[in-house]
Amino acid sequence: MEKPLTGRMRAGGQPVSIREYERADGYQGLRKALAMSPAEVIEEVRDSGLRGRGGAGFGTGLKWSLVPAGAPKPRYLVCNADEMEPGTFKDRLLMEADPHQLLEGMAIASYAIGAEISYIFLRAEYTLAAARLEAALHEARQARCLGEDILGSGFNLEIHLHTSAGRYICGEETALLNALEGKRANPRAKPPFPPVVGLWGKPTIVNNVETLCCVPHIVRNGSGWFRRLSRSQDSGTKLFGASGKVKRPGLWELPMGTPIREIVEEHAGGMREGVRLRGLLPGGASTDFLVEQHLDVPMDFAGVQAAGSRLGTGTMIILDDRTCPVGMTLNLEHFFAQESCGWCTPCWSGLSWTEQILAALERGEGQPGDLEKLEWQTRFLAPGNTFCALAPGAAEPLQSALRYFREDFEAHIREKACPYRH
Amino acid sequence: MLSAAEREEIEQVLKHYPVRDSVAIDALKIVQRHRGWISDETLKEVADFIGMTPADLDGVATFYNLLFRKPVGRHVIALCDSVSCWIMGYEGIREYLSSKLGVGYGQTTADGRFTLLPIVCLGACDRAPVLMVDGDTYGGLTPAGLDGILERYR
Ligand SMILES: Cc1cc2nc3c(=O)[nH]c(=O)nc-3n(C[C@H](O)[C@H](O)[C@H](O)COP(=O)(O)O)c2cc1C
Ligand code: SF4
Ligand code: FES
Repeated sequence: MEKPLTGRMRAGGQPVSIREYERADGYQGLRKALAMSPAEVIEEVRDSGLRGRGGAGFGTGLKWSLVPAGAPKPRYLVCNADEMEPGTFKDRLLMEADPHQLLEGMAIASYAIGAEISYIFLRAEYTLAAARLEAALHEARQARCLGEDILGSGFNLEIHLHTSAGRYICGEETALLNALEGKRANPRAKPPFPPVVGLWGKPTIVNNVETLCCVPHIVRNGSGWFRRLSRSQDSGTKLFGASGKVKRPGLWELPMGTPIREIVEEHAGGMREGVRLRGLLPGGASTDFLVEQHLDVPMDFAGVQAAGSRLGTGTMIILDDRTCPVGMTLNLEHFFAQESCGWCTPCWSGLSWTEQILAALERGEGQPGDLEKLEWQTRFLAPGNTFCALAPGAAEPLQSALRYFREDFEAHIREKACPYRH
Repeated sequence: MLSAAEREEIEQVLKHYPVRDSVAIDALKIVQRHRGWISDETLKEVADFIGMTPADLDGVATFYNLLFRKPVGRHVIALCDSVSCWIMGYEGIREYLSSKLGVGYGQTTADGRFTLLPIVCLGACDRAPVLMVDGDTYGGLTPAGLDGILERYR
């Protein structure tokens, strides 16, 4: 099985150096891209069917083509390395283990959209990734893979590393632009969208780390090769992960469309002794729960959506039968309530209400009617009522928990206690 | 007054941006690295240096979880309280830490050595439960293992 994203990584956990990277065909995609026109690069990426790995799944080639033709410079490329979605730990591996792969992807993307300055927006806590990216940036400048007149092509690009100061909303792409501008990270009104009006008002493309890491391989091996990597209509491989009470929590690069069952049972080794699988969030905290009947769902955009959830980040969180689904939902909604940026009422007020009701249920102080109140909240939080996708994302695990684990919620009210604690 | 080293570091990062006050968050992180936390006085010095009002800069500072507007101990322990760590029992780790150090969230030990804080998912969920001391992340926590980790931070 081909593993373009992780195939070069070293076993001992040390990062791939630029010498090793180049020996393994590194920076060949950039060389090839620089010999093409920017429009040809965009077309190749569009034909590959690559869709964003940051959660929303927007077509990458299409996004790049939204920078208006002839828009004045500067234009910017921003790599979204905020990775604060609970349960998600995939971009960390890509940056810590093979930082040049990301830099090469950023260089190609910058060339395609006509950016000469680019930023990596890295979450504060990824200190090891920060050190390794800085070292890789230095190596790449020395090797003239970055800087002025890259590889003798006449193309210039500087990449700067910005480390954040910790807040989930910074991962939302317009909040991220405000954060990079040194402001409070409230999201911006859309439209205009960043490809037209972005960083400091200039055309800006924001892409996730994993998305950008796919790009060198697509340019080097062709769009058809990338399509054939997958087991479904969505192209490529994907980093899939599992955490919770499985035998071997971890991360695996597998073809898009790999069934959930295969990931949980083969790669994660199945459930630990003494517990059974009860449900899972397929792609991070802001995706709907799936349950046992969904184990044969393929992990790709259409497959997970047809099952009523979202592929999200592809890193799943497993709920077992000894863990309280109400307690888990409380933990999730506490996170969203805390991380709400406070801009719109259905979000900041609705989520703190939601958290309080769930906390009362867990304390055994739930009242008849509480579940209906929670259901109202999921409707207030739904798409269209708020400024950004944090609130709809917060509604997803809540609405699906109410559906699939209804009897647990009811038992909390009836027994005036959390049944998992007594 | 910002020290020469602080000013020099801020000037270096300023080169990355076309607009001066874009450096606000980097500048606050730089002075926090030197001073441990951001006092009102520090905030005003940074604001003057980068050409913002202290009120605007405080609006930025208070938005972010890891900019400290109150004093902290020599080392900050940040314990992940998000979903995978919750499933894997971080609450037991919190109780152990609290009783060992004699502090709750947001408090600093009497000797000024540690401040204990909750933090959101650290992106190491496959190693849950997880915490961070200063910039270092530790996973697979057990009470016994914690003693050894804390020993490294005097
Ligand atoms: C609250 C919130 C947090 C987000 N956090 C991240 C993140 O940490 N990393 C990321 O790549 N995308 C995140 N996104 C999605 C981004 O807004 C954006 O869609 C993505 O970076 C685009 O990159 P892609 O097209 O390559 O996926 C977040 C979205 C929301 C609403
Ligand atoms: S939905 Fe929530 S996070 Fe998004 S802008 Fe509104 S208040 Fe802020
Ligand atoms: S939930 Fe604790 S590290 Fe992710």
